[in-house]
Amino acid sequence: MSDLDTLKLKKIAVDCRIDMLKALANAQSGHSAGPLGIIEFFVAMYFKILHHDPKNPLLPDRDRFILSAGHYCPAMYVAMAHSGYFPVQEFIKTLRQFETRFQGHPHNLALPGIETTSGPLGQGISQAVGMALAAKIDKKNHRVYCLTTDGESQEGQVWEALMWAGGKNLDNLTAYIDRNFIQIDGNTEDVLPLEPLADKYRAFNWHVIEVDGHNFQQITEATDEAKAVHRPTMIILHTIPGKDVKEIENDYTWHGRPPTHDELKKFLPELEKIKKSL
Amino acid sequence: MSFKLNPKMFLNQKVLEKPEMELHRLGFGEGLLEAGKKNEAVVGLCCDLTGSTKMDLFAKEFPERFIEVGIAEQNMIGIAAGLALEGKIPFASSYAVFNPGRSWDQIRVSVCYSKTNVKIIGAHAGISVGKDGATHQGLEDIASIRALPSITILAPADYDENKKATLASAKFIGPIYLRFGREVVPKITTSQTPFAIGKAKIFVEGEDVTVVACGPLVFEAIKAAQALYPKIKVEVINSPTIKPLDCDTIVKSAKKTGAVVTAEEAQIIGGLGGAVAECLSENYPVPIHRVGIKDTFGETGGPDNLMKKYGLKSDNIITAVKEVILMKK
Ligand SMILES: Cc1ncc(C[n+]2csc(CCOP(=O)(O)OP(=O)(O)O)c2C)c(N)n1
Ligand SMILES: [Mg+2]
Repeated sequence: MSDLDTLKLKKIAVDCRIDMLKALANAQSGHSAGPLGIIEFFVAMYFKILHHDPKNPLLPDRDRFILSAGHYCPAMYVAMAHSGYFPVQEFIKTLRQFETRFQGHPHNLALPGIETTSGPLGQGISQAVGMALAAKIDKKNHRVYCLTTDGESQEGQVWEALMWAGGKNLDNLTAYIDRNFIQIDGNTEDVLPLEPLADKYRAFNWHVIEVDGHNFQQITEATDEAKAVHRPTMIILHTIPGKDVKEIENDYTWHGRPPTHDELKKFLPELEKIKKSL
Repeated sequence: MSFKLNPKMFLNQKVLEKPEMELHRLGFGEGLLEAGKKNEAVVGLCCDLTGSTKMDLFAKEFPERFIEVGIAEQNMIGIAAGLALEGKIPFASSYAVFNPGRSWDQIRVSVCYSKTNVKIIGAHAGISVGKDGATHQGLEDIASIRALPSITILAPADYDENKKATLASAKFIGPIYLRFGREVVPKITTSQTPFAIGKAKIFVEGEDVTVVACGPLVFEAIKAAQALYPKIKVEVINSPTIKPLDCDTIVKSAKKTGAVVTAEEAQIIGGLGGAVAECLSENYPVPIHRVGIKDTFGETGGPDNLMKKYGLKSDNIITAVKEVILMKK
C-alpha cells in the first residue's frame, strides 16, 4: 500500500469517527468504545479489501461481510455511508431514531448491503460459515469475511462455528476478532479470561495472524496472507477501545453509552486536530 | 360516585392523577438484595449485564455469592441448575431475549424437567427496550416458557410488585421465570398491596367488562378504566402470575361482566392473552379482545413512540373494550 493510499484512508477514518460520534450523540443511545476502536478495520474493509459495489449491493460475486457483534454497527454504517451505500447525513440524523433505516442493531431487511441481522452475540459467525460453505458448494470464488469481538467469544456458539470451519478447512472464510480487552462488566480477563486466545484458534485448526488493528497496511497484508492459506484464518486485531478520544480510550464504562452533546463538543476538536495533523 | 381503585388493594392513589415513577427493574435488584440478606442459599448469576439487570446491588453486598458467568446464557442456566441441585437458590439473569431466548433447551431439561430450584430472570422484556431495536426486545419469552411443564411465570406490574415477586420467588420451591421491563413505570402498588404467586387481584371493580393485564400494561388498563368511567364500568384484574393462571378469579369476573380484554407487553399468541383465552374458552366462553404485540417484531425507537405504534396504550385498551362490549350477547 502506498503512503498516499494510507493517508487517504486515515483521513476517511477521522471523518468516520467524527460522523459516528455525532450520530451517537443525536441518538442519545448506542455504543461508543468498541465502534471507535474498530474504525480502521471498517475503512480498510469498505475502501480497500472488499470486492463490492455500493450502488449494486446485491452484486452476485461480491465478497460477503458479516458483522457478528451487532452492537458495532455504527462503525459499519458510517464506513458504508462514506463508501456510497447511503447518505452520511441520513445516518447522522436518524441512527436509532423512530422509523429509521439505521436500526440499533443491523437488520438485513432495513438497509442495503447488510448481509444479515445481528445483535444477539454469536449468531453471525455461524452464518458466515454457512455463506462460505454455500460458496464452496456453488464453486464461487468470492470470499466471506466476518467480524467478531472478544466478549462475544464467551458464547459457546462462536466455538461451535470455529470448530466446524477449522475441521472442514473452510479456506474461503477469514474472520477478524476485535481484541480490545473490554466488555460490559469490565475487562475481559476479569470477567472471564480468554487467553491464550491465539492458541485456542490454532487448536481449532485456524491460521492465526496478529496485527495492530489501527494499521491499514497490517490489516490488508494479513487479509492477503489469508487468501493463500488452505484453512480458515483468524486475524486478531489489537485495538484501543475508544481510539482517538482520550476520555473514552480503554474505559469499559464507555461500552454502551453515547456522548452527551456537551461531551461531543469536547471530543470533536480532538479529532479535528488529528485531521489537521495528517 | 367517582372512579376509585379497589380499597382492599392499598394501591397508590397518585396513580390516578400524577403517577410517581420508578425503574421497573430496580424492584428486582432491591428484592434480590433483601432475599440475599434473608437467606444465605441465595446466589446470583449474570452474563455480563450485572448493572443493567440491577444485579449489581446483590453483587456488591455478596461478592462471594455472585457468579459472573461471562456472555454465555446457556452455560449460566446449566451452572445455575448444578448449584440448585446442591441446595443453592440461584437467580440467573440476563435480558429476556437471551434468557430464556438462547437458554431455552437448558431451561427445559436442566431446570423444568429436573425440577431444579432455579429462578430465571428476563430483564429488559418488552418493546419499551426501545432504541436497541427488535433483536433486543423480548416479546416471545412468555409464550416460549408457557409451553414448558413445571415452571411458574411472573410478570409484575411495577417496581414494588417486582420486589415482592423477587422475594416470593426466593421462598418458593421450584422453577420460576420472572420478567420485567427496563424503563420507569408508574408506581401502582404499595408495600401493603397483597401479592401471592398464583393469585390475580382485582385492582378496579366494575361490571361491564373485564380487563386482565400484567406488567406495565396494568397502568394503561387503569387509565383506560378511569377514562371510560362512569359510562363503562371496567373491572381491572392484575394478573402477575401468568402460569399457573388464576383462572378462578378471571372466570368469576367474566361471569359478572360477560366480556374480557387482555393487555400485555408481549406477543398475544401464547402470552397472557393466549392463556386467558384458553382458560375462558374451556370454562366460560365470552367475547375476548387481546391487546399486545400482534404477531410481529418490533423496531428501533423511543419507548413511547413504540408503545403507541404497536398499540400498547390505554387508548388501545379503550378501543378494545368498546369493541368487545358490542360482541356481548
Ligand atoms: C447473546 C447475547 N448476550 C448478551 C448480549 C448483551 N451484550 C451486548 S454487547 C455485550 C458485550 C460484548 O463484548 P464486546 O463485544 O467485547 O464489547 P465491547 O468491546 O464493545 O465493549 C453484551 C454482553 C448480547 N448482545 N447478546
Ligand atoms: Mg471487547
